Amino acid sequence: MSLTADSTRSLADRVAATTPAPMMRRVRGLSDRSLAWLFIAPVMVLLLAINIFPLIWTIRLSFTNYKSNLPNAALRWIGLANYNDILTDDDIWARMQTTAHFVIWTIVLQVLLGFGLAFLINKKFRGHAFWTTAILLPMMLSPAVVGNFWTFLFQPQIGLFNYVVSFFTGIDPHSFQMIGDVRLAPWTIVLVDTWMWTPYVMLICLAGLRSIPEDIYEAAEVDRASAWRQFWTITVPMVLPFLMLAVLFRGIENFKMFDMVNLLTSGGPGSTTELASITLKREAFEKWRTGYSSAFAIILFVTIFGAANVYVKALKRVKQR
Amino acid sequence: MKKTVFAAGCAFGVALAALAVPCAPAHAQGKSLTLCWAAWDPANALVELGKDFTAKTGIEMKYEFVPWTSYADRFVNELNSHGTLCDVIIGDSQWIGGSAENGHYVKLNDFFDKEHISMDAFIPATVVGYSEWPKNTPNYWALPAMADAVGWTYRKDWFARPELRAEFKQKYGRELEPPKTWDELLQVSKFFSGREIDGKKVYGSYIFTERGSEGITMGVTNALYVYGFEYDDPKKPYHMQGFVNSPGAVKGLEVYKELYKCCQPPGLTNAYMQEGLDAFKSGQVAMQMNWFAFFPGLYKDPNVGGDKIGFFVNPAGPAGDYTQLGGQGISVVSYSKNRDAALQYIKWFAQPAVQQKWWDLGGYSALKAVVEAPGFLKSAPFAPDFLKSMAMVKDFWAEPLYVDLLLDMQKRVHDYVVADQGTAQQALDLLVKDWVKVFKDEGKATQ
Repeated sequence: MSLTADSTRSLADRVAATTPAPMMRRVRGLSDRSLAWLFIAPVMVLLLAINIFPLIWTIRLSFTNYKSNLPNAALRWIGLANYNDILTDDDIWARMQTTAHFVIWTIVLQVLLGFGLAFLINKKFRGHAFWTTAILLPMMLSPAVVGNFWTFLFQPQIGLFNYVVSFFTGIDPHSFQMIGDVRLAPWTIVLVDTWMWTPYVMLICLAGLRSIPEDIYEAAEVDRASAWRQFWTITVPMVLPFLMLAVLFRGIENFKMFDMVNLLTSGGPGSTTELASITLKREAFEKWRTGYSSAFAIILFVTIFGAANVYVKALKRVKQR
Repeated sequence: MKKTVFAAGCAFGVALAALAVPCAPAHAQGKSLTLCWAAWDPANALVELGKDFTAKTGIEMKYEFVPWTSYADRFVNELNSHGTLCDVIIGDSQWIGGSAENGHYVKLNDFFDKEHISMDAFIPATVVGYSEWPKNTPNYWALPAMADAVGWTYRKDWFARPELRAEFKQKYGRELEPPKTWDELLQVSKFFSGREIDGKKVYGSYIFTERGSEGITMGVTNALYVYGFEYDDPKKPYHMQGFVNSPGAVKGLEVYKELYKCCQPPGLTNAYMQEGLDAFKSGQVAMQMNWFAFFPGLYKDPNVGGDKIGFFVNPAGPAGDYTQLGGQGISVVSYSKNRDAALQYIKWFAQPAVQQKWWDLGGYSALKAVVEAPGFLKSAPFAPDFLKSMAMVKDFWAEPLYVDLLLDMQKRVHDYVVADQGTAQQALDLLVKDWVKVFKDEGKATQ
């Protein structure tokens, strides 16, 4: 049973006819703008309640000594002391360096590998669909699962990883440990994140590659442009906005990375892989320094928000070219 | 039609109400009780023991057991949020200060007086460690429930091998025996480390290295205490300079690191109880540091238990005999809606016959009547070492802010021992600085 234009019109008329006169008068009195506000009001209220209010509350707490495990303790207004403590703490700066190392290297590797894979997958070949699916599998897994099974793979006595390295290099598989070694552990988390998220970058790049009209390449062929020139003057510039988008997503995501790294190394050995988010979790939910961790959260938020804003402006400029 | 639906709805509602009526008072009378603890071997013994309580009182026992790695997080949050999940809780010894001061636990003095439960009937260290806050005052917030301490297991069968004994004697001029001092522990660990036994490469000893919760602290303190580490000046509370970072403490930390470097199986850089049990059961290590709570299970293990396993107390050091206190007391949560039934459980649990059965099932009773009974020392091969250990225990801070203190120590020790950052002296100096800050924030004088 389908509704025709006539029948819907008559239905609307019937609804209008049955609307009580006082309500009709009230609705008729509302402007389009008021109606628009009326419709978006519930969403706005929800946003205020679950996003804006907690943010304002966090900002407020960041100026206090509040500890949520001592709810009855006197709340003291301590001004900028938390911010001062954080910004002058060598340990915090070390954690920020660790985070920067992780973010930069994962982005570099994922962009290079993701773009390379997308470029290869974009070519038509036998088994193309199968390989695409196979490459995408890691990003479909839960970070908790990835963290756990890589822990087993990296186990120096029974883990597969050491045996594979040993097979190709001849190094004794028991002679090194990825997670337990202070020099290798930071690269271990980069490696696992790259394994997991390169397919995501590949997918975005693939969308970019597929959006390039074929006739541009055909025109280039007519002009006898070499494959190398076509790559640098057509492919790269046209995929660049997509690539930059992938960098933005991965940058934000990895700046606040917690689950996978926490399961893989717990921030160790020592604090070698302790990312800012792990420190934040420890301060907030293990030490219960709510005021301090609120200040730290605000600093991280401002950092990432500022960096993302600058980046989005650059992205817009690239798109406009 | 509408009337029929209405009538059916009413009938359903009445039926529901009729079903609900008998249930409501049953719950209100506390016919079920939830006990919260960690998920480990003794918890299974407690479930078994609890059947007697249900049979006697008709109160159904429910259990909320959480793995050790999230035990503190889960239950401290539960208490802080004034949750009603747990009626009775077996909380860690370090929680006692915070739980008492924040009103999470019911004070049990009046109840003990009324029921004639005397704290003199329990091992003194367990009363101080699990029940009292402030320490060494007669203010009781828990009944000692599970006595525990760090002890060691060793491969008795390997130690008994004539060729190994001969080689050891030739090398060190003494018999290959369970170590009595930390120097001997290092020596024996190095002797076994890297050796091939039954076609497998083995390692000297397993020690705690876990970073996230409490692992490495619960391990390293066994070396620190015996080399002279003190939490603070006995005459000047919270004055830590020169005690936490004394020359003896520095030496203790260096020895722990040496043991880790020479003799820990590879990959165990973030390992606690379970990893130790796995390493021992799979024949990777000659000796293992772990809690006494696991020893009944290890003794029953078909591969490494029975005649193959031996036990010894934490070796001594220049400052004497000490070991890390573990274990927990049982408390009534003040937010429980079943307080009377919870107290009834405590009363039942304190009975000597129940405590005896608790020990028989694999739990560790702290009741003197059980551990000082004539047959106790012969009741299990680890019983003498357990009793000896309980007389030399020392505990971590039990302050309300113990988590801050613990996490600071976790970081400083792990950074030095596992991540090779700085020297032992620097690690302990930084620890003093961290702890001074925590106590200052709490308003306690540290200088």
